[in-house]
Amino acid sequence: MSGEDADHGQPAREIDPGEAVRGLQPGDLRAEVRSENSDAVILAYGQKREQELCSARVSPSGPGFAKGRSACYRNLVTASTKNSAPERETWGKRSAFIIAAISSAVGLGNIWRFPGVAYENGGGAFLIPYLVAFLTAGLPILFLDSAIGHKFRAAPPLAFKRLNRKAEPLGWWQVGVSFLILTYYSVIIAWALGFVWFSFGRQWGDDAVGFFTGDYLQLADAPGVTFEFVPAVLLTLLIVWIAAIIVMSLGLRRGLDRANRVTLPLLVIVFVIIVIYAMTLPGAWDGINQFFEPDFAALANPGVWLAAYGHIFFSFSIAFGIMLTYSSYMKRRSDLAGSGVVVAFANCAFEILAGIGVFAALGFLAFSQNVQIDDLDGLSGVALAFMTFPTLLSEMPGGAFMGVLFFGSLVLAGFSSLLSIYQVVTGSIQDKTGWSTRRVAVTVGLAAGIPSVVLFGTTSGLNVLDVLDAFVNNIGVTGSAVATLVLVAWVFRAVPSLRAHLNALSSLKLGPIWTIAVTAVTPVILAVILVRGIAEYITEGYGGFPTWFITTIGWGAIALLAIFSFAMSYRKYRRADAETFVPDEPEQLHTEMTDLITVARETSAQRRTPGGTR
Amino acid sequence: MTTSALIMMVLSIGILWGGLAWAILRLRKHPDVSGAGDDE
Repeated sequence: MSGEDADHGQPAREIDPGEAVRGLQPGDLRAEVRSENSDAVILAYGQKREQELCSARVSPSGPGFAKGRSACYRNLVTASTKNSAPERETWGKRSAFIIAAISSAVGLGNIWRFPGVAYENGGGAFLIPYLVAFLTAGLPILFLDSAIGHKFRAAPPLAFKRLNRKAEPLGWWQVGVSFLILTYYSVIIAWALGFVWFSFGRQWGDDAVGFFTGDYLQLADAPGVTFEFVPAVLLTLLIVWIAAIIVMSLGLRRGLDRANRVTLPLLVIVFVIIVIYAMTLPGAWDGINQFFEPDFAALANPGVWLAAYGHIFFSFSIAFGIMLTYSSYMKRRSDLAGSGVVVAFANCAFEILAGIGVFAALGFLAFSQNVQIDDLDGLSGVALAFMTFPTLLSEMPGGAFMGVLFFGSLVLAGFSSLLSIYQVVTGSIQDKTGWSTRRVAVTVGLAAGIPSVVLFGTTSGLNVLDVLDAFVNNIGVTGSAVATLVLVAWVFRAVPSLRAHLNALSSLKLGPIWTIAVTAVTPVILAVILVRGIAEYITEGYGGFPTWFITTIGWGAIALLAIFSFAMSYRKYRRADAETFVPDEPEQLHTEMTDLITVARETSAQRRTPGGTR
Repeated sequence: MTTSALIMMVLSIGILWGGLAWAILRLRKHPDVSGAGDDE
């Protein structure tokens, strides 16, 4: 039995003659087995066809043995790459990634979270910490996520494993976070879908709060987990899950890309109509004035700065795998930073638009109720969308139509973000198992959909959602971000190589400021936010819920995440190139990019000149 | 609207929507070569 492959200089894998070899990777194909009854060298491989091919072509006693064996290796390597697992999908063009990433980033938080956070933290003055956070945390982590995903060409667990073998649990932590968010985010979209229907007759009447918590959700009096299902929620929740599973089963290009190309433009059009209409209502400009009126004294409060960093961080969908996963599907030669800047600005531009629309509407509500905006309750989150907005739609001329548009925009924004979260889980499971797109989409859909229905389609759904969302976001996601930055920057010292990867491909070059942002500024600020959050939950609890409920739902979810992360890391990868993958060299990528851009520019110039090919 | 609120509104819209326009124009100047050659 050969101990070393003379042609390739790599140790051969020891395999007994006649042994059926399964699960071989391209690197393993250098193994060879000498048959007992003849001099023919048989290269072991799991498929009989290739075995015969090689034994027929290679004879150690004949001339040209080394040459023949080498050719045989090449055939086998090629055959293995093609036969062992379905090829990983990629986005078609650069625009597909940009649209998908914007669709993911622009979600419910942009519409219902940003306006409230800005208003409560200095109004117009909040813009200053917001922009600082955008430049020093949002963009840098977005680039970092993109670089990890693109360089290592995999969803979080495998990407982190390729970065460093010990980092795989961090990837599974991000997948676990995405899975939990998937279970409850779908419910909010289901509520919005229900309210699209209710808007036609403004069925909440004069008591939107009572309608939402009582008539619609039938909210249980005491916190706890009930299994009393609410049919109205159940129906729309099933619609959301079936739609999501169908889209995801179609794959990246035929499903996700096509869905995003419909939902994103539709969302922008619908929201522009809402904003323009809201600005024409009486009292609207007082509301906008309240939103932008700067309180510069607030800038001296560290809490305002932390709120800005916290918001930017959630708004960009970073550190729980979405941007990392989406970037892994970009083609090898893609302008990462250039595309990322478009995504980041688009997200924030939409947020400002949402702020204007929401506060114009709140200005109208305050005007019609003859109160100040300060006196209004429920200026952000679920309360804003499902209690305050229905109230103002009741008072608004054309409120039924505007209600359909508003809740329709929530469905559109939420659904495209839901798909991106779904993709983190399916992409990771697919890397691990090598399953087909349809199989993994249906499996994950059922695995997340069933607990989603059982936990949130009931009379206790809102309470469970409230606690789970707080813990998953403030500890699960923030913890993931801190761990990612500390491990990548300080433990594995991978920032220089990731920066080289980004700069080799991107039209926008990243300098030392980016390095400082991801190694020093952002980890420290996020660590402060994380520690404050944990300390607050330990000492004060959350939302007035009893300790047993917070421990079970909140801390229980965090404990499950930790167990899941390590348990999943012990399973072997079935993806063909999981172990043998070698990242591209930045120099080679840079040369390829430069050559291709030169050719593209020359072709474009040729087309523009008279007589040029068109 | 008060002057300070108006300034903050113009600034925020200018920076964020202006930034988006700048980023898109910048990207358009750099051709998309991701699909060229023998890529995956």
